[in-house]
Order: sequence, then C-alpha cells, then structure tokens
Amino acid sequence: MKYLCLVYSEEELLEAVPDRECVAYDAALRADGRCLASEALQPVHTATTVRVRDGRVSITDGPFAETKEQLAGFYMIEADDLDEAIQIAAKIPPARVGSVEVRPVRPIRETVVASRLREAGGPSSAGV
Amino acid sequence: MAWSEDDAERMREAVESVYRAESRRVLATLIRLLGGDFDLAEEALHDAFTAALDRWPRDGLPSNPRAWLVSAGRFKAIDVLRRRARFDASLAHVADRLGDGVTEPEPYDDEGIADDRLRLVFTCCHPALPAHARVALTLREVCGLTTEEIARAFLTAAPTVAQRIVRAKAKIRDARIPYRVPSPAELPERLGTVLQVVYLVFNEGYSASSGESVTRPDLTGEAIRLGRLLTELLPEPEVMGLLALMLLHESRRTARTSADGEIVLLEDQDRALWDRDLIAEGTALAERALSSGRIGPYALQAAISAVHAESPDAASTDWSQIVGLYDVLARAAPSPVVELNRAVAVAMRDGPAAGLALVDAILARGDLADYHLAHSARGELCRRLGRTADARAAYRRALGLAKQEPERRLLARRLAEPAAGSTTTG
Repeated sequence: MKYLCLVYSEEELLEAVPDRECVAYDAALRADGRCLASEALQPVHTATTVRVRDGRVSITDGPFAETKEQLAGFYMIEADDLDEAIQIAAKIPPARVGSVEVRPVRPIRETVVASRLREAGGPSSAGV
Repeated sequence: MAWSEDDAERMREAVESVYRAESRRVLATLIRLLGGDFDLAEEALHDAFTAALDRWPRDGLPSNPRAWLVSAGRFKAIDVLRRRARFDASLAHVADRLGDGVTEPEPYDDEGIADDRLRLVFTCCHPALPAHARVALTLREVCGLTTEEIARAFLTAAPTVAQRIVRAKAKIRDARIPYRVPSPAELPERLGTVLQVVYLVFNEGYSASSGESVTRPDLTGEAIRLGRLLTELLPEPEVMGLLALMLLHESRRTARTSADGEIVLLEDQDRALWDRDLIAEGTALAERALSSGRIGPYALQAAISAVHAESPDAASTDWSQIVGLYDVLARAAPSPVVELNRAVAVAMRDGPAAGLALVDAILARGDLADYHLAHSARGELCRRLGRTADARAAYRRALGLAKQEPERRLLARRLAEPAAGSTTTG
C-alpha cells in the first residue's frame, strides 16, 4: 500500500541534517523498491499559494499557512502496513529535528474505475 | 427426540455461558482469520452464535465450543464476502484469499489463540489511534463492554463513544494498522501504550475524575481483568508491576469510603477492611517484578503501596523506605506528581516543614499550579505547622480546582474546621 511521508521542519534546524545523508537514505529506499517518488523542496520563502474563488485566481506569496514547521520534502513509499511505513519514516534523517506525517494514499483512480464499471452494469449485472 | 422447555432453556443458558466465557477470544481469532477486519469479524461472531443456538440443541454442546464457533464464524464470513463480491468485483480477490481451500467448516486448533488476544490488545492500543479511542476500543473489543457502559463509565455521551470507535476502526482499516504483536524491538514502547490504557481505565474507576462516587468498581474490575490477561500472556516485569499496583490499590477500596460515601484518607482507614488476599497477591507480584532486574515505574509504585499494606497501622508505616522508593521512582519516571508524592512522604519522615519546602519549590517553578492535590497537600502541611491562614488559602485553591464531589466535600470540611493548635502567625 502507498503512503505519503511529508517531512516538516523548522528551516534552521534542517541545517543540522546534511543533504548527503538524505540522498543516501533515499538511494537505499529506492534500491529496495520501496520509494516511488521523493524530493527535497526549496525553502519556504520560494513558495507561492494559489486559490480560486468565484472563478477568480488569487495568488499569495508564501506557504498556505504560517506554521513553525514547514514542508521540507516528501517520500511516496510502498509498505505492507502502517507499522512498516512508520519504521521507514522514522529513519528519514530530518525526523530527528522535525516531524514526518505518514498518510495512506486514497486509490481514487481504482475506485472511480470500479464505480464506472458498476454503473455500466459490469460483472454484477448477471447476479442482480 | 422431544425437546422440553427446560431442555431448550438449559441449552440457551449454555450458549450464553459460552458467550460470556469465550466470545472475546473467538472475536480475536476471527479478526486475524478475516484479514484484520473488525466489522466483518463482529458480524461473523454474531452469525456463529446464531448458528450455535440453532445447531447445539440438535447436536449437543461441542467438545470444543471455541473452535466450533471460530470455524462457523469464518465459514459464514467468507460466504458473506463471496456474495458481496458479486456486487463489487474488487472484493472477489479478498474472498478468494481468505477463503482459500475453505469449502466447509473445518476443525480449528487452539494453537495461537493466546497470541490472538494479544494481537487484539496491541491493535486496540496502537499509538496511531487517538488516546480516547484506544480506551474505548479496548473496553469494547477486548472487554466486551457496550457503548453505553463505556459512556456511563467515563461520563461521556454514548454517541461520542460510538463515533470514537467507528473512527478508530476506520483508521485501522484505511491506514492499514496491522493485526500483530509488535516485534521485540518495538515491544517495550508499544507495551507502554497498552499499560497506559489499562492504568487509565483503572484510575478512572478507582478515583473517578468527576461525578458523585469516589470509585466506580466496574472499571477497576475490567482493568484488573485486563491486567491478569496481560500477565498471563506476557509476564513482563512492568506488566506484573501494573497488576500488582492495581491489586494493592483495590485491596483498600472498601476502607476508602465511609458508609456515607465520604473519603477516608489512608491514615484514617480501618485496616481490618483491607483485602488481605489481594494484598498477598499484589505484594508477591511486586516482588517478582522488582527482582527481575528491569525495575520500572509501575513496580516501584506497587512497592510503595505494598509498604503501606504491610504496616499494621498508620503510625508504624516505614516512611524511610517509602521515601527511598520515591527516590528511585523519581529517576525512573521523573514527573512533578512523583515529586509531590515524595514531598508528602518526606513530610511524614522528617516533619511538615521539610515537606512544605519541597511542595513550595514545585509550585514556585509553575508546575502543578492547577493540580488540586498539590494545593490540598500544601494546605495539610501548613495546617500541621499551625499556619492557619496559609492552610485556608491553599484549601480554597484546591476546592476551586477539585471536580470530584466527595473530594470537594472533604476540602470544604477542612476549610470549616477550627484551626488545630493555631498560633497567631501565618
């Protein structure tokens, strides 16, 4: 099952975590086949937030919310269950200075396809 | 064979008695066999007992009712899944995987059932679930309490409890919290969470945080039952320590409240009312836990309770030993509350002035400012020193913070008392 690991941290604290270490961990995860996507992000001052309300596009400078810890990067991982995902997240180097949110992916592509099949009278039509 | 009303009634009672004794264990195993699906397992449990009510009068009580129920429940659940798969193709592979090779109820062996109850407890107490939900889920799934019983015990609304349980099960399903006993590496911390839940349930029953009665025996009973189950399945020192602590506290329950429902403090309790069997059991467990070499906070607290239990009267209490144990506890699990309790013990050993200095130091730091017991301790120590005005102020502060009715009445009585041996100072 896919989990997204969102890495949050206070930016100054991240300076204590060398990029080399993050790259090495990322490489190990990818070698295991457990990392599907991952990136470090530019600092939060480079962020721009886009909202559309009543058809009007509003652009604001900065992240969507001013919080102490900000999004620094992400890993999309493959794990059998939450405990395994937690173990992987715990080894992400910034976890020792920040927080890693672990959230399961919602398989909306699959569920949308399945509901289309049901509506079109798919495998169920014979049994109803 | 003609069935009389008596026979039918006796069989119904037999099924009910099996339900009371076995339903939780059957549930724990069904959850594992049905891929960790709590709701499906509960349906299966219900179906299994329905089948039992139908078949056992005809076929007689099975030699292994638990195994019979597990087989019947599993068989019916797979049937349910296969029927559902006809309407939702994505479920077909689930039914296939769970039903692999199962074409009729097969005899189920008892091995691994002990592990299933542990799996259930650890899953219900998973740290990824909110704290309230862990308690509610454990009481519901492991102890078999109804939502209403849980709600009444914690003075919450039943729909709130129900919602917590629904959300917890949803998280178990959606985040895929695995149905397993943690690995040795994870065990210490995960066990800590389980023990915390059990102790929370016990504390809520032992000294209810609000409301009319001082104790709610139903919760303490459930917590002790859980503690016994855990000790049986996982005889770790801290598990034994927690059970010991609970048994020793419980041994004093009758003495703790007067006939009018008023609090009787430890020093005033009639020790003849203490349950000696619980004390013996608790003390033995505490000793086993302490001799293990891995001494934890629960075992230490149990040891402190055992020192009180051993003392024939309040005056003979070995306060030096208690202070010594608090010294170790303060290193093992430092907290302002532990410091406060140690201060009270120091006051007993060295006099109220020594204890008051420690309590004042805690409050001066800003700790325990809103903890009513800190202020009532301060009040008591000031009272013993003859500092009447300070005592009154402290009791008033405590009264403002206390939520439990009997405690409030005790504090109000203290405030109404003429000062004992008061001087003009303070």
